[in-house]
Amino acid sequence: MMEKTENIQKDIRITAPLSREQALELKAGDSVLISGVIYTARDAAHKRMVETLDQGGDLPFDVRDAIVYYVGPSPARPGNVIGSAGPTTSGRMDAYAPRLLDLGLRGMIGKGARNQGVIDAIVRNEAVYFAAIGGGAAVIADSIKSMEVIAFEELGAEAVRRLEVVDLPAIVAIDSTGANYYDIGRRAYLAERDGAAGDVTDAAGAGEGDEV
Amino acid sequence: MKQIHVNNITEAVKNSCLEANYRLPSDVMNALETAAASEPFKPAAGILNRIVENHHLAAKGVYPICQDTGIVFVLVELGQEVHIEGGSLEEAINEGVRQGYGQGFLRKSVVGDPIQRVNTGDNTPAAIQWRVVPGDQLRVVIAPKGFGSENMSRLKMLKPSDGLQGVEDFILETVELAGSNPCPPIVIGVGIGGTFDLVAGLAKRALMRPLDEAHHDPYYQALEASLLEKVNATGIGPQGFGGKTTALAVRIEAYPTHIAGLPVAVNINCHAARHVEFTL
Repeated sequence: MMEKTENIQKDIRITAPLSREQALELKAGDSVLISGVIYTARDAAHKRMVETLDQGGDLPFDVRDAIVYYVGPSPARPGNVIGSAGPTTSGRMDAYAPRLLDLGLRGMIGKGARNQGVIDAIVRNEAVYFAAIGGGAAVIADSIKSMEVIAFEELGAEAVRRLEVVDLPAIVAIDSTGANYYDIGRRAYLAERDGAAGDVTDAAGAGEGDEV
Repeated sequence: MKQIHVNNITEAVKNSCLEANYRLPSDVMNALETAAASEPFKPAAGILNRIVENHHLAAKGVYPICQDTGIVFVLVELGQEVHIEGGSLEEAINEGVRQGYGQGFLRKSVVGDPIQRVNTGDNTPAAIQWRVVPGDQLRVVIAPKGFGSENMSRLKMLKPSDGLQGVEDFILETVELAGSNPCPPIVIGVGIGGTFDLVAGLAKRALMRPLDEAHHDPYYQALEASLLEKVNATGIGPQGFGGKTTALAVRIEAYPTHIAGLPVAVNINCHAARHVEFTL
């Protein structure tokens, strides 16, 4: 291993609902700990919410400055608040997200890349897209302190839930300027790798991946 | 002829569903821990360590490894000398899933009809692949399969002239299109040959081979290793945020095919590559 000073990145604590000011300060790649009230919704709930809007109805929660978490938790054991609660693939919500962002939604938590329509809507509305670790479901469950189903109970795991969270860990994947950590992180790795490969004598002792 | 009662099968399936969803098998844990220790990109190593931490926490038995406890893929290898008594084998398996997902506080993720989409409420039916084999044993692999990764899987009927290069290009294209979505680091199951229906089953079955078990054929063993290197040169990395560890393994199953065809299927699994097997 090459000697390198450990880059200890401090987690940024943010609260939900997420103010415009907080959103504007976050940069792609920041590690955050989210505390406060957030709402869950995934495929079926998004479909219902958009249908409700189409019919002139109201959303089941105040969307302004809200953070929506794309999750369908597993059932809670007796005495527990919730079961495992990791993020689901956000791309399936791309068809609905711009509509909610234009109504004031400030943040989304999920996993995986978003399409250009969502990125444009994030920039237009000064919002943020957070990625939680997919398959980090047990760790995330520990940060959820209360859960209440507030709409579409018949959808089971897909119902809309109000969650109180303390220090839910996530990464800023797309910030309010549209900077995309999926691109930035990958480029940073490839630059580091190819830079190291160019540095032949130095990298020779590294062992792993010195021959690319 | 060996007699196996359906109640024993139901019990074993139930226990396997519980085990699979809370305790990642040692071959996958070892692969993740090795990857975390050897990942050269610091942010990626950090993510891998958090994944390992998650899986250790799940093993305590309160929270499943992942909230997507999957549709249950079941590989059944039924020895032709075995007689199943007491009822239907298929129903015995589904009953085991029903009991396991109820008792284990596991998410019910199956809808009864793909268009009308009403949840069946008990995570049945399982997705079962049947094989009849010589012998007097019943071997069953239980593998809960999440759909974040399943949705990123692809199948293509290549031409013979596309050759190995075509197969490799299709695999790498599939990994690239999947990108950050299937919860990398992924495990890649590849089926090559057979027919349209067979090749998808081959890819799924390839995922059932433990990560510490080499391919029996040296040709495919070498191909798996070289493909893994190419996948891990993409830089997609853990969770898609960059790094060396895009995949933990590439698994290939091949089968004879028609002179006019070269079917290939790529079935992607997430890092929570759950699988438990039992033999009766």
